[in-house]
Amino acid sequence: MKFEHQQAAHCESGVISNLMRHHGVPMTESMALGLSSALSFAYLPFIKLSGLPLISYRMPPKAIIKGLLAPMAARFRFETFRSPEAGAQRLDALLADGQLVGLQTSVYWLPYFPPNMRFHFNAHNLLVYGKDGDDYLISDPVFEEPVRCASADLSRARFAKGVLAPKGLMYYPQAIERKTVDAASVTKAIRKTVRNMLAPIPIVGVRGMRTLANRMQKLSPADPRSVDFIGHVVRMQEEIGTGGAGFRFIYAGFLQEAAVLLDKPQLQQMSERLIAIGDGWRAFALKAARMVKGREPVDPAALAGKLREQAQQEETFFRDLKAVVA
Amino acid sequence: MDLDAVPQEGNATLDGHAKLMYARDAQGRVVTTRSRGWEAEEIVTSHAVDVLVEQAQAAKERVAQGLASPLEYWMYERRMDVALLSQTSGFWQWRVRRHLKPKHFAALPAKHLARYSEALGLPVSTLQGLP
Repeated sequence: MKFEHQQAAHCESGVISNLMRHHGVPMTESMALGLSSALSFAYLPFIKLSGLPLISYRMPPKAIIKGLLAPMAARFRFETFRSPEAGAQRLDALLADGQLVGLQTSVYWLPYFPPNMRFHFNAHNLLVYGKDGDDYLISDPVFEEPVRCASADLSRARFAKGVLAPKGLMYYPQAIERKTVDAASVTKAIRKTVRNMLAPIPIVGVRGMRTLANRMQKLSPADPRSVDFIGHVVRMQEEIGTGGAGFRFIYAGFLQEAAVLLDKPQLQQMSERLIAIGDGWRAFALKAARMVKGREPVDPAALAGKLREQAQQEETFFRDLKAVVA
Repeated sequence: MDLDAVPQEGNATLDGHAKLMYARDAQGRVVTTRSRGWEAEEIVTSHAVDVLVEQAQAAKERVAQGLASPLEYWMYERRMDVALLSQTSGFWQWRVRRHLKPKHFAALPAKHLARYSEALGLPVSTLQGLP
């Protein structure tokens, strides 16, 4: 199969934009993230990863793919499997058919990942574009070049158990009726993101940030587990699934595209403001990392304060964004 | 973030790979560029890895002293904890905890060992000892 791999900042937006491009739809990663209204914030203390709460800066897995269905008038098939054998068989059949197939996998069981990046995180996305002997040919969007993976390893990664277990999930388009992005769906998508970010729910959007800040405020500076918690927040932000600053910069790219598409120069200014907010998240991450490393005294209250500042800025930002697309 | 501020600090945990990042160029446009990694990421990732390595190391000592079963070592070595091993193996958490004790682990029938072997991706013979 002739397939063009393109590196992305985030796995799911990367997979779906590469897949769309393969099917003749010019779609950037930032457009995929923005159009699917996937930018978000959620603090989910009841979902634990190694005993620490899930903090997400985007909508749950599959949201980006599903969010593009309506605006592109597309139909996708999603399949999960009871047994790894059935999953492998179906994947091979689709590849033999010339399909480009998206998969959800664990990160830990993919041997081509650097050892220190291999954690039990189950919501990774990648594209399979072929098979060569026992190796699958994989376009993993967070890598610079396409990679290969032995079938036993891929099978294990597809059927990993635990939080967000992929159950062999695969997806591929059955039809993509619209080949260009229209202005109306962009406006609609921005409105939806604004609604999510300003939602009156304590664990979502800017309110979720404030709840996390309150949780952080309560950490004891003397307890070694506080350092684990702080490190975890930064990892969720920067390392696992791109995170806070990463997503805000990608969304800034989307707003810039939207400014042209909707002919609204104010969106260009909003894009610049969001870059400044992203920089704020990075400053927070750096301060937190310095505490983890012991270069600065551990001060959860100071980090909580910084988080509240971010929440305040995002609240104003999304209110203004709402006014722009009203 | 401006294009020239994109970190190129050679994050060791990336093992030579580069990430794609979005940044602002001189004309104020958002563009993509490659980053060799950021110190902040390296710190928090190494910290998370270190915590797991320490847990495995502590477990290894407890196993040597006869206070824990080798399963505890392999669980941490595979970057898991009781909750995750329970989800992967299908044993209730209280049973996993029980199997972390040498006496109960030694009494495990072959079919239970096989479940752990499958969950951890290790042969049974490896599971029964330390490296």
